Amino acid sequence: MNRLKYSFVLAAFTAMALFPLVAGNYGIDFVTKIMVYAILALSLELLVGTTGLVCFGQAAFFGIGAYAAVLLSPQADAPSLAWLLPVSVLAAAAYALVVGALSLRTKGVYFIMVTLAFAQMAYYVVHDTPLGGGTDGIYLMVKPVLGTVLDLDKPLALYGFTLLCLALTFGFLGLLGRSRFGRALAGIHANEQRMRATGFSTYPYKLAAFTISGGIAGLAGFLFAVKDGFVNPEMLSWHLSGAVLIMIILGGLGHLRGALLGAFAFALLQEFFKSEAVFGALAKHWHLGLGLSIIASVVLLPRGLVGVPGQIRDRLVGRAHSKGADHESV
Amino acid sequence: MDLSIFLIQCLNALQYGLLLFLVASGLTLIFGIMGVINLAHGSFYMMGAYMAYALAPIVASTFGGGFFSTLLVGVVLSVIVGYVLEWAFFSFLYDREHLQQVLMTYGLILVFEEMRSLLVGDDVHGVKPPDFLSGTLPLGDVMTYPVYRLFISGVCLALALGMYFVFTRTRLGMMIRAGSTNREMVQSLGIDIKFLYRVVFAAGMAIAVLAGMVAAPVSSVYPGMGDTVLIICFVVVVIGGIGSIRGALLAALLIGVVDTFGKVLLPQAAGVLVYVLMALILLWKPDGLFKAG
Repeated sequence: MNRLKYSFVLAAFTAMALFPLVAGNYGIDFVTKIMVYAILALSLELLVGTTGLVCFGQAAFFGIGAYAAVLLSPQADAPSLAWLLPVSVLAAAAYALVVGALSLRTKGVYFIMVTLAFAQMAYYVVHDTPLGGGTDGIYLMVKPVLGTVLDLDKPLALYGFTLLCLALTFGFLGLLGRSRFGRALAGIHANEQRMRATGFSTYPYKLAAFTISGGIAGLAGFLFAVKDGFVNPEMLSWHLSGAVLIMIILGGLGHLRGALLGAFAFALLQEFFKSEAVFGALAKHWHLGLGLSIIASVVLLPRGLVGVPGQIRDRLVGRAHSKGADHESV
Repeated sequence: MDLSIFLIQCLNALQYGLLLFLVASGLTLIFGIMGVINLAHGSFYMMGAYMAYALAPIVASTFGGGFFSTLLVGVVLSVIVGYVLEWAFFSFLYDREHLQQVLMTYGLILVFEEMRSLLVGDDVHGVKPPDFLSGTLPLGDVMTYPVYRLFISGVCLALALGMYFVFTRTRLGMMIRAGSTNREMVQSLGIDIKFLYRVVFAAGMAIAVLAGMVAAPVSSVYPGMGDTVLIICFVVVVIGGIGSIRGALLAALLIGVVDTFGKVLLPQAAGVLVYVLMALILLWKPDGLFKAG
């Protein structure tokens, strides 16, 4: 199973690295978008899949990273990536720290709703105050550069940089999962009471996970703002928070590659059902196909997309799947 | 703000709060008893509003019309649909993780929205209140208040009282209360929990549909109307305490007041006030105002 897992991840990243060789501009832009969503999905996976904290406000951190990138950029010059990126990530992480510190007092569905409440507050701040430019959003005039090495205005450069960010995030979270810290988070997920009984103060661990997750979501937001050169309040809306949650559930919780798979599956399904070449006039009603496939995935794939090889093997070998592999980290 | 405006806003707050309570009560029951996070509950409200728009002419041509017969047809339809939905989409989900249910009900939202779009279209529609309720009442010297809004409050109050009666005075209510406290125990006492679930789900759906139908003349009918209601109803449910009908009533009225007066007094911050309220209440009482049980 392990070999299969690693070869899958390796194959996925190789495919993404080679993709620009065969793709046109549209394809490059599309996959850049999916990779940004994949980073966002990974950030949520750290909370939901690893730690067991269902956050329904991930879009707020995403949006804050994006707005920070646009608001802090000078009007006429190209900002340097070297400071703009860290500052945007820190802005998102700072808000996550505040939100986490308060909302981690609650549990379960209450936690879901408090994180939503704080996300909605951020939404209304950019929606209703002059700071965020209202519903029209604001434009990023000049895309950031890194000296003369990297100019993110070029789609290919942005593609490569996003892929690098995705790979680093994936690697970072993979290592985190193996560290003492990651084991503690998995312990909190499995049984928080017992973790406390064994002497862990769980609150700082959860808060740290929440803050890291917010920072990574901010990174995704930064990339999205740079890609589109434009931000608007919809980036902070609960629809996005919900969609990211759907991505990681669809992919399979508890696995980093589930977030990756989920982001790709969700975006590709959308694109598929939107395609007029396949569905003609029905393409306008693409939600129908997406909704039905999501329902079908719940019925047919109880462990998400990552569980498919396991299900096939069970079918072939005809024995019950051992549940021991449920909390593996890659 | 003079007295008559204040009075009008109070009535509006009451009407909005009671309407929210109707939708949220089904949500809190379904969550409290069945343990299902039903994201599609907002869609039920949307369906109700569209039924008020689309069913009225059909009912008029088959049964000779009438506002109340439209309501009746809508409720009967929604009970049947709710019963079937529970059987088809939820009955195998109870043993699964909550998040699987979230995924399922999210898929249902998308399907319902598109079916709405296919059947009725994407336009915004107004719905006329019935003639005998379309007048206004004088309030003070110059202000008037539409009778239909009072009618909404009346319907909501009557339903709330009816629910209170069912819960506290009937055998079904007793089973529902018991089911929300301890599922296994109820089952072991020989009560058909599957049937109970189906009844609760169908009733919750019917109440949401009815709320949508009654609200349609005031709110008008537009795509995406379910989403807004869903989120506000979740706010109501968690502020009140999950599974608590009393809590839902109090929370809904609270939100009605905060939202209505917020729009008048602090229009630039009206959207955010409800969420600030929820955050404050949950930080003060992490389990909501009333714990169920």
